[in-house]
Amino acid sequence: MSSTDPAPARTQTPGEVLLSATGLQKSFGANTVLRSIDLTVCRGEVVALVGPSGSGKTTVLRSLNGLEVPDGGTVAFAGGPSVNFGGAVSGRELSALRDHSAMVFQQYNLFPHRTVLENVIEGPVQVQKRRRAEAVQDAEKLLDRVGLLAKKDQYPFELSGGQQQRVGIVRALALRPDLLLFDEPTSALDPELVGEVLKVIKDLAEEDWTMVIVTHELAFAREVADEVVFMDGGVVVERGHPEQVLRNPEHERTRRFVQRLLHPF
Amino acid sequence: MDWELFRSSFWPLLRGGLTGTIPLTLVSFVVGLTLALVLALMRISGKRLLSGIARVYISLVRGTPLLVQLFVVFYGLPSIGVVIPPWPSAVIAFSLNVAGYAAEILRAAILSVPKGQWEAGHTIGMSHRRTLRRIILPQAARVSVPPLSNTFISLVKDTSLASLILVTELFREAEQIAAFSQEFMLLYLEAALIYWVFCFVLAAGQGAIEKRLDRYVIH
Repeated sequence: MSSTDPAPARTQTPGEVLLSATGLQKSFGANTVLRSIDLTVCRGEVVALVGPSGSGKTTVLRSLNGLEVPDGGTVAFAGGPSVNFGGAVSGRELSALRDHSAMVFQQYNLFPHRTVLENVIEGPVQVQKRRRAEAVQDAEKLLDRVGLLAKKDQYPFELSGGQQQRVGIVRALALRPDLLLFDEPTSALDPELVGEVLKVIKDLAEEDWTMVIVTHELAFAREVADEVVFMDGGVVVERGHPEQVLRNPEHERTRRFVQRLLHPF
Repeated sequence: MDWELFRSSFWPLLRGGLTGTIPLTLVSFVVGLTLALVLALMRISGKRLLSGIARVYISLVRGTPLLVQLFVVFYGLPSIGVVIPPWPSAVIAFSLNVAGYAAEILRAAILSVPKGQWEAGHTIGMSHRRTLRRIILPQAARVSVPPLSNTFISLVKDTSLASLILVTELFREAEQIAAFSQEFMLLYLEAALIYWVFCFVLAAGQGAIEKRLDRYVIH
């Protein structure tokens, strides 16, 4: 990558802790979805959150971006904001978290009334107050990388699901966040479109972007992730190297989950 | 049919429409819509007091006749010492009335935008207010054009009530000429024709706006 490319803002050496979440708790009424979750992400690391639906993995991910406000626990970025969810949390604190991370959504959530390019530069120009010409240049470079430069003036409805999700990824990248968050990025896609999106994410992993990915694609997690965290019933059951967690799980629950995904029927 | 009278009265009526009906409609609609947005945001604010106030206001406006509202402003307020001339009285009454109806339309339109759009705005660092302005309202606008057009076209016709508080507009012109000439049928039908032409043009305008706002959705 040349120096003008929007690369992850790295002020510390890889391997240092970037994000630490501790004691995240969350209940919806009588339903407890998170029971004291801890998560540490180092710079350049890819963490895959896996587990059955309802296990709380998406809630953990959303908490890191302040889209979900946990009932307790803290989320802290090294040298950045540290938000304690135990008390009242201000909008300012949540937006401080969002200054450091960006989310890629399962349903893409592109802005339908804006063109592809406008979707990508919205954050840099409106929020980060960067010069429009510079933001456009960055955006075009990023769109080119994912093979969508030709689509820059089209509206989201004119794109396939896979193309929309690649725009969703570019929109997140354009903010130059420290941390990329992916919420089941391929779950809404037709099977034949999954590959093009996973390919983009894999390239980002190879460029040492720091990422937390909630996914059901175990083969992908095994290939890309540095650490796999298996959650069930609002707790972390098991975590470790993907080969270990996904091939030789220590826990019965993990074993059953992996088996079920490998042999659905 | 007295064609001579039809012809000679056409310009006074049309002028009443162009200088009375249309400005009254436009001003009342713009003011009313602004107020409606405030009311709609109060309704969805999640703050009990704000949404309660908006709810009571909307209920009062929708639960009382427009003519009564108009008379309260023009003939009622002077008895407590507030005297407002005809034209401003009409603008006040029509604006407050439009606000009550349009508030519910805007509220529904804002709520129709998927929650994921709010989240996408937030994740790129936008505040609540900026997300509302740049992401949510433009999408809500598209949804609200057809029902708002209804309100607008109703308002064009409702302004004829202003003739009862002495505002010079299309229908008051018609009434005066009718009273003078005793040709009631002719003048009322002529007034109706001009109202219909106005509304016809507006409906075409609605179509054009919808088409423009629909450019980013699948057809």
